[in-house]
Amino acid sequence: MTYYAYFVSGWLMLAGMWGIVRSRDLVHATVSLSVAQAGTYVLLLAVGYQNGATAPVFGSTESPTTKVVDPVVQAMTLTDIVVSAVVTALLLALSIQIGKRQGTVDPDELAELKG
Amino acid sequence: MTGGGDVVIALALTLVALAGTTVIMTDAPERQAVTLSVFGVLLSLLFLVLQAPDVALSEIGVGAAIVPLLVMLTIRTMRGGR
Amino acid sequence: MTRRYRMMLFLVSAGCLGVLMAMAFLAMPGFGQKSHFYRDHAVAASVKHVTANVVESVTFDQRGLDTLGEEVILLVSVVGAAALLRPSKEEDEKRKLQPGRVLEGTRLMGYLMLAVTMLIGMDVVIHGHLTPGGGFQGGVILATGIHLVYLAGNYPALERLRPEHVFEVGEAVGAAAFAILAMAGMIVAGAFLANVIPQGDSSAFGHLLSAGTVPLLNVLVGLEVASSFIVLLAAFFKQALAIRGGASPQGTVDRGGDR
Repeated sequence: MTYYAYFVSGWLMLAGMWGIVRSRDLVHATVSLSVAQAGTYVLLLAVGYQNGATAPVFGSTESPTTKVVDPVVQAMTLTDIVVSAVVTALLLALSIQIGKRQGTVDPDELAELKG
Repeated sequence: MTGGGDVVIALALTLVALAGTTVIMTDAPERQAVTLSVFGVLLSLLFLVLQAPDVALSEIGVGAAIVPLLVMLTIRTMRGGR
Repeated sequence: MTRRYRMMLFLVSAGCLGVLMAMAFLAMPGFGQKSHFYRDHAVAASVKHVTANVVESVTFDQRGLDTLGEEVILLVSVVGAAALLRPSKEEDEKRKLQPGRVLEGTRLMGYLMLAVTMLIGMDVVIHGHLTPGGGFQGGVILATGIHLVYLAGNYPALERLRPEHVFEVGEAVGAAAFAILAMAGMIVAGAFLANVIPQGDSSAFGHLLSAGTVPLLNVLVGLEVASSFIVLLAAFFKQALAIRGGASPQGTVDRGGDR
């Protein structure tokens, strides 16, 4: 259990890359990239976790303590999620235009640069 | 609410790893939109168990609603509206 | 490079990368360890600025510059995606679309949940500095909530409800106002993005009027994120539903297929 979370995140990253390599469709590759990015979220949050600690939000009835999980990695993960969403959107927009201009979205057949 | 026990965290991590593998192994992109949505929900449950509610809210909004919607719209555009 | 050669090359390199990752993970401190240096300082600084949600304080107060960069990334990429998806000269945009056929139950739930979702989204944005949530999360809820009008069966109604130019202006205003508020921090206190609005004393901890610039920046970020995602989804919807004719020779795209 001490290292299980890190290995799960490594697995997600490698599985995402495997999905990109074996894909036959640009949309499939974009979704696999999304899975690979999810691996980084898990790694960031796993680094910040503390056994027995609570969420870093203090209500008006709770007094601030320091037995909370790390809020800095959570802020980093929030930025990561935003960037992942916009990268996915841009890649999908590119796939649409490639599909229209070349007639195919199979990466193996998109080999030449047509003018 | 104190932290989820070790068993809950290990279970959530295992579910996320399985769901991620399923998304990769799904070949048809229109089915991948659904599995990606499930992956997003499981991922946000993992974030909740790891005591990160802001990140869980973000992940539900983005990974379970917006990205699968974009994928489905892309596939519909490429099919020519059939 | 043939497919099989590519996959074997990937497997070899993934194996090496996996070994390196395993070596790195085994040298890291274990999962759930007790000493988090940044956590102690971040919580102390957040309590000093009377912000109950420490993640919000880190995002908008202590690392506000990262959030400004993230907002600019969002703005620019949505502009880029909308530009990529503009209809080209050969395509025409169908102006009149028929509303689809939808089950009555779906239509009822769609209209009911529209108001509820908008309220929840605004609540998540406004109370971001007190409860989990914030500008980005609430903005995403608002942006997807407005598309319940489309689910309730009516693309023309959705087009009337979300005039695109309004939301394009909205996202620009959100990002610009964030930058102006950041400059106000520079003018008043000498540091960019300083928390210049009075934060209240420690008895205001957990109340709505606390934490200085954080709720204001939350609202601006919520406006910007909601408008950006609405513009992005509008560009995709227009491509999927309204554009006919086009450059591709057969009108549909040959994909790799189910294998």
